[in-house]
Parts: sequence; structure tokens; C-alpha cells
Amino acid sequence: MRHERHNLVVIGGGPAGLAAAVAAREAGCSDILLIERDRILGGILNQCIHDGFGLHAFKEALSGPEYADRFIQKLRALNIPVMEKTIVLNLSKDKVMRISHEGEIKEIEAKAVVLAMGCRERTRGAISIPGHRPAGVYTAGTVQNLVNLENIMPGKTVCILGSGDIGLIMARRLTLEGAKVEAVFEVLPYSSGLQRNIRQCLDDYGIPLCLSTTVIDINGPNGRLEGVTVAQVDEKRRPISGTERNVPCDTLLLSVGLIPENELSREAEVSIDMITQGAVVDDSCMTNIPGIFACGNVLHVHDLVDFVSMEATKAGTSAAKYVAGRDGASDCIQVKPGRGVRYVVPQKITHGKNVSIAFRVAAPSCESVIQIKRGTEIIKEEKYSRLHPAEMVWVDLGDLDMSNTDDLEVSVK
Amino acid sequence: MIEKEFTCVVCPNGCSIKAEYAEEKPHKLVSVSGNRCPRGETWVKQEIEAPMRTFSSSVLVRNGDFIEASVRITDPIPLVKIFDVMAEIRKITAEAPLQIGQVLMENPAGTKTKVIVTRNVAKIQ
Repeated sequence: MRHERHNLVVIGGGPAGLAAAVAAREAGCSDILLIERDRILGGILNQCIHDGFGLHAFKEALSGPEYADRFIQKLRALNIPVMEKTIVLNLSKDKVMRISHEGEIKEIEAKAVVLAMGCRERTRGAISIPGHRPAGVYTAGTVQNLVNLENIMPGKTVCILGSGDIGLIMARRLTLEGAKVEAVFEVLPYSSGLQRNIRQCLDDYGIPLCLSTTVIDINGPNGRLEGVTVAQVDEKRRPISGTERNVPCDTLLLSVGLIPENELSREAEVSIDMITQGAVVDDSCMTNIPGIFACGNVLHVHDLVDFVSMEATKAGTSAAKYVAGRDGASDCIQVKPGRGVRYVVPQKITHGKNVSIAFRVAAPSCESVIQIKRGTEIIKEEKYSRLHPAEMVWVDLGDLDMSNTDDLEVSVK
Repeated sequence: MIEKEFTCVVCPNGCSIKAEYAEEKPHKLVSVSGNRCPRGETWVKQEIEAPMRTFSSSVLVRNGDFIEASVRITDPIPLVKIFDVMAEIRKITAEAPLQIGQVLMENPAGTKTKVIVTRNVAKIQ
């Protein structure tokens, strides 16, 4: 087996991997290798043809492929080697990986690794919907791929379960392509997608959003989906007897959440956060394994790609510093979610320079205050007119005094 | 006087904006609240007069390494015109190679916008 050594290997050529590789090179790292599973770079952005990407990063409303192209151009200009159609088979904590590239297996040893594998969709199995197992039940992202890259329409009459952004975007896309979208059903009492997408993808086309409602049965005894049974649910998400109704449809899209794809990370003994399902990292995006960094949707599921690029830029820069032996980590401050906060990333701070934290709240609220405490001292309070679990919150903390190792706690007041 | 709530779609913040405006045309805007930036007020004015939207789609490609290329419109068009513009886009079959930004159509269905390619598609030999 061929054996290669590189300073930095970036696993995944989506928005996170692209920004990390570019940032690492710009921070002076030579000998970078970017590994991508698909035949082209860009990851999920290739199928996200709707606009609205880059409003933060470029002050423009770009489509997904255009946003990816901005980074691909930078990558090419910096002469960063890319290995497409390549899959990483395993990764050890010593940063040795086996890769499969067009029939050849190679071993690669890296000084540093950036994990940027993204996430995948939860499926019907993950949410255990009972009923027949007919054709016509898809995850929203699969349909997005079929319609936007393969020119295949999955059906004519569509129901969507889950009000995540991909589901909302696909409701509009399928409507414009001539399908009838009957409704979007959401088990929670509020939508899990961005407000603007409810307006421009559902309301504009008269597609109803049925909250506190879920699919309880799938009907398709003859091989193709014929309809779904939906019911309202109570506050514990249990179906309410007597509210069941049948909605005829030939296609069901599931937009019910994303799971970071951390199989490689687990093999490398990277610690995983139970809530985010991504790595536990410090403020340089480094995991518990020295020299292994994580960023983007493999670290925690983001709402906007602009933030993925921002986080990946930090991971890439940190990886470059690590390779150069200028890591500079010191004592560790734990960062904890307090009342009303589901999770916080990073989970620990070891550098304290220009710290920014990202988190999601547990429930929607209006006119609330985000409070950040260090031990018993309140170090920051910010007022928000509206907080929503679907939207990430980013707070800049600037430089922190690292001689004080009291925990940081983020809570909603 | 009409009181109505609008969701701004200009950026991902998606501000919920309360507006009061005159019933008779032209609907004079009396008050706006809840927007986090001035674009929100412009948005509400537009929503009251004539809602405008952008959207994306795709076109078939001949001799390309993808069978379809994604496209988008460069400037917002009246919401009521979206299906007319879609019908025009559907008629296009483009020839590879295609470059991001390439204009495939101007002013479809009497609107003032361009339809541009948003994916590079190489020609297959």
C-alpha cells in the first residue's frame, strides 16, 4: 500500500472544508490535501440552487453553487491539491487514514486533520413512522438532488413532514415544477425553519403549515404511496385520538432534522457532545485529540452557510498554527448551556483570543436577554427582540483573561 | 386604516414587521415597527403595493457533464408573474459549456430581469 505524508488533510470539500483549506493556506500552511467523496467540490451547495447564500459573507444573495464557486476559485488560485472521488475509510487518533481513490487504497499520515464531513438527513426509520413501506417516501434532500441535479420529479401530489428549511424550499421548488404540495406538517407547536422561508416558500403559494401535527400512518399497500394519515399531537407529542385524517398523496418528503456524520471522528476517539452530535471542541475548533479539528455541520448543524465558512476559517487557521507548532493553548474554561439554552459551541476555551460562541435556545421567546456569566460575575448581557430554536445565536466575547478558569454559562433571561 | 403584520424576506433575520397603512390607494404608510434595518420599511411598502420576489430554477443542458444547469433571476419580479416566467424558463435548452453568470434570457414574460446560469457546466467530448 502506498503511504503519503501531508501537513494538513481536510476531509470533505463542502463549504466547511473549502473555507478551512483556504484559511490554512492563507495562514501559511504548506502541503495541504483536500479530500472529497463526490466528483465535484461544493458539497450540499451543489443542490441548493435557491438564493440567499452569502448575505453575510459577500453582501449578495447567491445561489448555493455560486457561493461554493467563490471558495473553489480561491482554492484553485492558492494551488491547494484536491483529491475528488475519494473516500476516507478510517482515521486513527494518530492521524493516519486509509483512503480509497478510484480502486486504489492508500495510507495517509497527517500532522493535522480538519474534519469537515457535514451531516446527513434523518430518515423515516429514525423517527419510526408506522405503516406500509411503499415507494414515494423520500428525505427532502434526496428530492432536492433528484430535481435540481438529475432532472427527475418524484411525484405529482406531495405532503411534507417537518418544517425544516430544506422541506420549505422544496415545497416551493416542487410547486414551481408543477406538483401540488398539499401541506407541511410539523410536530412542534412552532416551525423549525426560517421565518422568511415560511413567507416566501409556503404563504406565497397558499401551502398550509399545520403545526402540532404529524404523520401517524403511511398508506401504500400496492407498492406506491397512496396517502398519509395525519393527526394533531398534544404537548408531549402524542397523537390526539379523533383528530386523524387521511391526506391522499403519491409522495412524502421528510425534513425532520440532520445528523452530523461523525463515524470517522468516533474511530479516532474524538469526544462527541450528546446534544450537538458533533465533536467537543475548544475555541480553536480543536477536538480532544491534539491536531484534529472540526467545523461546519459535522461539528453542529448550522442554519446559514455564511456561519459555516466563518467557523471553518477559524478551524483552518488554527490547524495551520498547530502544524507550525504555534498552538498556544493554556488552561481550560468550560462553557456550559444554562437555563433556556440547548447547547453551546465551543464547549471549552483554551486560547481566549477573539472568542465567539454559537448556541441555540430551547424554545421561542420575545424580548429576552442573553446572559453570559463567568462564575458568579455577569460578563455580557444582550437583548434580543426574538429568539428561536431554528436560528443560531452568535455572541462575540473578545479576549478573555485566561488566568481565571471559572466556568462560562450562557442562559436566557 | 389597515393594521397588518409582514415577514420581511430580504435577509435570513426574517423580521416580523407591524405596519399601519391607509385603506385607500395609494396606501400611505403610517407606522412601521419591528424591523431591525431600514430595508424592512422598503419591504413593507413593496408588499403593500405589489409584492416582488426572486426565485431559482433549472434548465436542460445538451452535451454537458450535468444534464441540467441551475439558473436564477437577477432582479425581483412581481410575485404574480412567477409562473409566467417559469413557463419561459422551461422552454430553454442550453448548450454546454456554461459559465456562472451567463445570461440565458432577458426580460422574460414582460418582466425586468435576467435569467442567469448559476452552475459551471463543462462540455463532454
